[in-house]
Amino acid sequence: MADKILKKIYVKVWRQNNPSEKGRFETYEVENVSQGSSFLEMIDILNDQLIREGKDPIAFDHDCREGICGMCSMYINGHAHGPDSEITTCQLHMRRFEDGETITVEPWRAGAFPVIKDLIVDRTAFDKIQQAGGYVSVNTGGVPDGNTIPISQVDAEEAMDAAACIGCGACVATCKNSSAMLFVAAKVSQFAKLPQGKVEAKRRAKAMVAKMDELGFGGCTNTGACELACPKNISISHIARLNREYLKAKFSD
Amino acid sequence: MSNIDSKIPEGPLAEKWSRHKAAIRVVSPANKRKLDIIVVGTGLAGASAAASLGELGYNVKAFCYQDSPRRAHSIAAQGGINAAKNYQNDNDSVYRLFYDTIKGGDYRAREANTYRLAEVSPNIIDQCVAQGVPFAREYGGTLANRSFGGVLVSRTFYARGQTGQQLLLGAYSALNRQIDAGSVEMYARHEMLDVVLVDGKARGIIVRDLTNGEIKRFGAHAVVMATGGYGNVFFLSTNAMGSNGSAAWQAYKKGAYFSNPCYVQIHPTCIPVHGSQQSKLTLMSESLRNDGRVWVPKKKEDAERLRKGEISAVDIKDEDRDFYLERRYPSYGNLVPRDVASRAAKERCDAGFGVNAEGKAVFLDFKYAIERLGRETIEKRYGNLFQMYEKITDVDPYTHPMQIYPAIHYAMGGTWVDYNLMTSIPGLYAIGEANFSDHGANRLGASALMQGLADGYFILPYTIGDYLAGEIMVPKIDTNTPEFDEAEKNVTGRLEKLYNIKGDQPVDYFHKKLGHIMWEYVGMSRNEEGLKKAIEEIAELKKEFWSNVRVPGEMNNINPELEKAGRLADFLDIGDLMARDALNRNESCGGHFREESVTEDGEAKRNDEIGCYASAWEFQGEDKEPVMHREELVFENVKLTQRSYK
Repeated sequence: MADKILKKIYVKVWRQNNPSEKGRFETYEVENVSQGSSFLEMIDILNDQLIREGKDPIAFDHDCREGICGMCSMYINGHAHGPDSEITTCQLHMRRFEDGETITVEPWRAGAFPVIKDLIVDRTAFDKIQQAGGYVSVNTGGVPDGNTIPISQVDAEEAMDAAACIGCGACVATCKNSSAMLFVAAKVSQFAKLPQGKVEAKRRAKAMVAKMDELGFGGCTNTGACELACPKNISISHIARLNREYLKAKFSD
Repeated sequence: MSNIDSKIPEGPLAEKWSRHKAAIRVVSPANKRKLDIIVVGTGLAGASAAASLGELGYNVKAFCYQDSPRRAHSIAAQGGINAAKNYQNDNDSVYRLFYDTIKGGDYRAREANTYRLAEVSPNIIDQCVAQGVPFAREYGGTLANRSFGGVLVSRTFYARGQTGQQLLLGAYSALNRQIDAGSVEMYARHEMLDVVLVDGKARGIIVRDLTNGEIKRFGAHAVVMATGGYGNVFFLSTNAMGSNGSAAWQAYKKGAYFSNPCYVQIHPTCIPVHGSQQSKLTLMSESLRNDGRVWVPKKKEDAERLRKGEISAVDIKDEDRDFYLERRYPSYGNLVPRDVASRAAKERCDAGFGVNAEGKAVFLDFKYAIERLGRETIEKRYGNLFQMYEKITDVDPYTHPMQIYPAIHYAMGGTWVDYNLMTSIPGLYAIGEANFSDHGANRLGASALMQGLADGYFILPYTIGDYLAGEIMVPKIDTNTPEFDEAEKNVTGRLEKLYNIKGDQPVDYFHKKLGHIMWEYVGMSRNEEGLKKAIEEIAELKKEFWSNVRVPGEMNNINPELEKAGRLADFLDIGDLMARDALNRNESCGGHFREESVTEDGEAKRNDEIGCYASAWEFQGEDKEPVMHREELVFENVKLTQRSYK
């Protein structure tokens, strides 16, 4: 089926040359974009145009362009990853937009994610949270045969639901408190459902939550916005499990 | 005479690795603390290697160009990871996995390497389970398996359609643990731009901090490249946008041999190209061929009406559908290896049976599986893939068959390494997709993950010790030496040169042109005339690029266009070497199909008389013809037969 061509759209995008500069919105016109194009392909077209005009193209994070690496991170028309459900920015297509529309594009906005340039933010804080305890302490080698640890299909599936997190930060960008609870919960919950994760469960929950607080993410007030924005549909029931794990750990202190 | 020493150990195939491990040297814990290792790339191979080396007590520095090690493109692998566990009691074994891999690679891989890969494969699964990777399970709690192309047993372990993601996150968690422990220092958003040699040994790298353009030097006793493949030479591929061949290429220019560049894998099940603005191609997992049936219309007029949009796939009756893989290859059917499935799709489309507007697509249909197993089962098996397909194409694959077409996916070729995974530069290693050694001319599905983790967890940590045992008296590498000065000067000089061309065309303009040349002449089907033409056209394009590219922005700021320009400069050279290698290999094997070498019924015809070697190209200087060395492939354990999946 032939896709419709959008004759002209207006892209109102956040420009900020470096972390210390004050940013501003600029509006650009883009012509003749196929609705079959992805949103990032539209940005490619715009950048091509800017380069040819001798201007600085828009810097944005992206890599796999198939919704799994978690690198892309645009806040489009007031939605993390744009106006569609269960997608990353790179999976958003121009079918979602009308001819003549003005599309507003911003970076993730959160104190813990400072802007590096334009739409690129620094998400090192996420790595630091994982480094605080998002692992099972096993060295390479010397582990038992995989089938000696039976795991019920239900538990494995639930662990997988949580493990599907791509670490994009849409939850933080969407949360009015800039909380990283869904991100932390995804990892804690994955290990809470698996026998391998039990041994270090207490230390993990405490360390990851403490690191999250230390890095300037806000608290959770259960609005559920994170779940709606999550491209991998990670449920806030994992936050409930994180809270349970955390309380259990705290009470046994 | 060949000056290639692959260092394959003596002894029977099944004992080579254990004998070798017993014979090689080990570094004491006290000395490991004094030794520095650089790992470039943090995909499955790099992350698993960095973590394992950190655990052993070495000082590791790891680098990646992405904003986090978790984003390396291994994450996009969908279908699964092979291992010779024989959990299904279907008579699988290390030997069978080895044999399938050698045969699948069309007898162009090293026996010893491939056997070792199969041998360590069961450990990988155990390791990943211990890390908490949520593999799919049976009701009884044991690990589940699925089948993949090119094999007759069920040995593929998986985590829904996100196996690569889960394995990478496992390796990433092991890496994080070492970062937390202080044994690994992580440098994200840093790109390696050169390797530094001191007295002929790899002693460090030059990197660019992508956030501010700063050029930095790092020294080490050994350098490991885990930098993936060069598939993006084609512009459109299933690789990530940033995947590149530059680290391997800089190593090549410093003397590391480059092997079998003409072997690239074309994956049969990708979402077809759409218009001219497309930036990348999306893979649909090979696992879909377990339950999907591939077909095109039997009648040309049906295909024509499909192309015009007058009818849709569901209007075509079963008896008017040509299930061409089942027809041509009755014993493997829809599960023939990737190269065979890709060529068969191209053959049908070239013959006029393509089903999309461009005539470059075939159907992958789940109607029959849904009838047999129910929608729920299919949803459980492939739900996320179906969702991905619908988001991209706006077509519901539960009710309408998917449209698929082959696309560039994986590079079997890569930096030449010996049995220890060391390149021809002492102290420089290449692991994972970056090396050439295990897959021959075609890689089987679910084997890339296996190889990345085998190299990183279980092979390199042993073999690198053998080299480093000889380096324990070498003090910390000083980076204030003429060698580092010179390397940094070259890196800065090249960046400035690219930046100062200030021509008319953006980088992508040239990259798309290169992609067209490569796909046309060095793609799925190759011939002498076309390859010669490719070499000429690439040379012209290279000239044009170096005189007319426009790199905007600033040198000392985040500048994606400058990054892309550097990578493309190398892709232009890699493309040239691919064409030369393809020209030189006058036979069809695996992913390399020469029109001059076919059987009577149009299948690829391997020629063991002339083709039983791995090429190892040696750089001779800019714009000079490279020299090809031959590593003769000796098969002592398998009998070379014409591959048949009929």
